[in-house]
Amino acid sequence: MSGHHANQANVIFSHDLPKTALDDETLKLREDKIKVAMIGLCGCWGCTLSFLDMDERLLTLLEKVTITRSSITDVKLIPERCTIGFVEGGVANDHDIEVLEHYRENCDILISVGACAVWGGVPAMRNQVSLTECLDEAYVSSVTRPKDQKPVIPHIEVPSITTKVYPAHEVVKMDYFIPGCPPDGDAIFKVLDDLVNGREVDLPTSMNRYD
Amino acid sequence: MKDSILRSILAEYPKDRAYLIDILVRVQEGDGHISDQSVQALAEYFCISPLDVKETISFYHFLHQQPTGKHIIYVADTVIARMNGYDAVLAALEQETGCALEETSADGLFSLFETACIGLSDQEPAILIDMIPFTQLTPAKVKSVIAEIRNGKTAEQITNPQGIDKTSLGYIENLVKSNIQECGPVFFSNKIKTEQILGEVCSRSPDDVISELTNSQLRGRGGAGFMTGLKWDICRRAEGEEKVIICNADEGEPGTFKDRVLLTKAPEQVILGMLIASYSVGATEGILYLRYEYNYLHCYLENILSDMRTQNLLGKNILGKKGFDFDIRVHLGAGAYICGDESALIESCEGKRGTPRVKPPFPVQKGYKGKPTIVNNVETFANVGRISEKGVKFYLSLGTANSSGTRLISVSGDVRQPGIYEIEWGITLDEVLEKVGAVDPKAVQISGPSGECVSAKLDGKRVFSYQDLSCNGSLMVFNSQRDILDIVRHYMQFFVNESCGICVPCRVGNVELLKKIQLFVDGKAVENDIEEIISWSKIVRSGSRCGLGTTSPKSIMQTIDRFPEIYRSKTAKQEGPLLRSFSLDEALEGYEKAKRELMPN
Ligand SMILES: Cc1cc2nc3c(=O)[nH]c(=O)nc-3n(C[C@H](O)[C@H](O)[C@H](O)COP(=O)(O)O)c2cc1C
Ligand code: SF4
Repeated sequence: MSGHHANQANVIFSHDLPKTALDDETLKLREDKIKVAMIGLCGCWGCTLSFLDMDERLLTLLEKVTITRSSITDVKLIPERCTIGFVEGGVANDHDIEVLEHYRENCDILISVGACAVWGGVPAMRNQVSLTECLDEAYVSSVTRPKDQKPVIPHIEVPSITTKVYPAHEVVKMDYFIPGCPPDGDAIFKVLDDLVNGREVDLPTSMNRYD
Repeated sequence: MKDSILRSILAEYPKDRAYLIDILVRVQEGDGHISDQSVQALAEYFCISPLDVKETISFYHFLHQQPTGKHIIYVADTVIARMNGYDAVLAALEQETGCALEETSADGLFSLFETACIGLSDQEPAILIDMIPFTQLTPAKVKSVIAEIRNGKTAEQITNPQGIDKTSLGYIENLVKSNIQECGPVFFSNKIKTEQILGEVCSRSPDDVISELTNSQLRGRGGAGFMTGLKWDICRRAEGEEKVIICNADEGEPGTFKDRVLLTKAPEQVILGMLIASYSVGATEGILYLRYEYNYLHCYLENILSDMRTQNLLGKNILGKKGFDFDIRVHLGAGAYICGDESALIESCEGKRGTPRVKPPFPVQKGYKGKPTIVNNVETFANVGRISEKGVKFYLSLGTANSSGTRLISVSGDVRQPGIYEIEWGITLDEVLEKVGAVDPKAVQISGPSGECVSAKLDGKRVFSYQDLSCNGSLMVFNSQRDILDIVRHYMQFFVNESCGICVPCRVGNVELLKKIQLFVDGKAVENDIEEIISWSKIVRSGSRCGLGTTSPKSIMQTIDRFPEIYRSKTAKQEGPLLRSFSLDEALEGYEKAKRELMPN
């Protein structure tokens, strides 16, 4: 991944970690399946937990899809071109931008999943004040800051926070949206099942009504 | 505000929350703002919570919670003003007063605010200084007016040096032009004989009067075009001892000013219509809801009402007819386009925020204070008076088979003779453009931002009628040099500012649409943005409670349809994964700035 951290020689990324090669049989089983990559940007992973709420239907899905990347392993890069990218969380730092860019380049279809991806969600509450004020509150004027030390805004080996939190579709084109905080497993299943079976995506109102 | 002054204001009104906005306007006029202390006093007086008072104040553009300068200036920011030197006038105002928009000058003398259309599109740029209108401004004129105020003159003294009586027609015509370019058989041609016609009406049964109106096929002139006879009939049959007649003089649709001119030149004809309504449905209470932008008409109208009381045309046993009791009070608005919606208007008449109601029940069933209420536009009432005078046959002889009569249009923009025209339904767009002296017309916005944007080239043969161009009275002409995208952007900004905010699709969707149109203005749009505009428009139009949300996306949708080349020329191909509209620099600059400010070394 080119970008912010590329020139920091002593940083090891998850995608650089040694991998165990898969046996031929498993590889063969996956060959014809639809590849799905999942990523969590700035969110709480609640959407991934909802994904697991598909329960036994996950097994039905897995007959047709293989998950090449998921938030669970926290590997950010996609190993090969995927059909579907499942994006949870909004864009809150420069690393999120890079990852989302990478997903757009390497997935045919991107789905914005959950309130944070769809409109910024809880993290976007900080958009009401300036980033300077936010960081000041957290690292300078914070009552828990050790007063004998100079205030430090984290700036080494961590991504730079963006001026404001963006929904995914303000950064790259997103193809589908599943609203909810988090969306129900049913809603996630409906969208994935439609896509996997080549149907037009149709998320009925009953599945994303919360009042 | 001093307690004694507040008490004396309160004493002028019945102790009823319905009068809250009138009272707030008075406090605003006295103090330049409504202080926490006044809020507290009003809350105690009306036995409501201070927050209740505050939420009402915060809804209306002309009410302020923060102190303002001694003189408050409102600049009408409209697309027409922008075509006629708005920028230079605003710059001159900022320069001469020493304050920027939304600010108060250091010497405390002036506060400067922008506002939407103030109903003077035929004489813009226009401003209100302490609610007195100044029209056809130039930087030089601004300079001299502000200098006079600095020398101690009031806006009133500058505009009315001879001290013309505020209750006279002369006073108003001295302030603003009526610009009646063409009058026809229904309006302005001859003064209506109120007493005689009302006498004749009273000799017939209410049912007869209503069926005459139904036969005339008169439809509401406020926008929705509902059959007036049917509305009155439903109200007549509605259950309720007390019924109410409201005249909607909110006239907030940008580009419309015909109701102002009607109330200036033919107020008796409008009031006669209200009286006939009251007789027909048995209403005793009447309200003339006057937008605060037309406050300079207030004394004039009050005086006419008072004269009519003297002549026993209002009050008890009108014209000696036992039990025919009806009176009208003027209720001032306080700056909110949405209060033109009849149910929002009723909320406002009840002294509350102008949030549209969920319908049904409709106002004719349960309106003002739950009573069956007729709300009609100023022009609708004026029509009723003339129909009663000249009869159904006369009225049906005007217009077309399905759109009877005539209508007033307020014409502005690139035309040689802006002003008021009375047109017969059935006239084509080409004919209207010729009549008003349109100069090189390209686009015509009919019925204001919530109406139709048509092409002078493609739509010239279209007909003004309820079946085709059901114009609500506003007609703005734009020549081929005008920046249509910027006009549409301005309209969207208007809806964003004026949405009452109760429904999410309207509150959020209009902001999204504004952002989208801004992308086109900035040349950052991609093909996909058109599709997104279309899907947002569908959501806003189908998911909104009132007419604001169901119409606000129309100007974008129609310009995409009528002038696709404009959008095409501003659309680029998306290259690479990051959207053209996404600015990486902007996304990253906040952090660099924060680091610089918080860790200087
Ligand atoms: C946002 C909005 C603004 C409106 N503004 C006005 C207005 O300024 N004047 C008016 O007469 N009607 C206005 N209307 C229409 C009124 O709701 C109502 O239909 C009208 O006053 C009824 O009178 P009519 O039947 O005589 O037309 C507006 C409607 C909406 C939704
Ligand atoms: S559509 Fe807009 S203006 Fe109308 S009620 Fe809803 S939020 Fe308010």
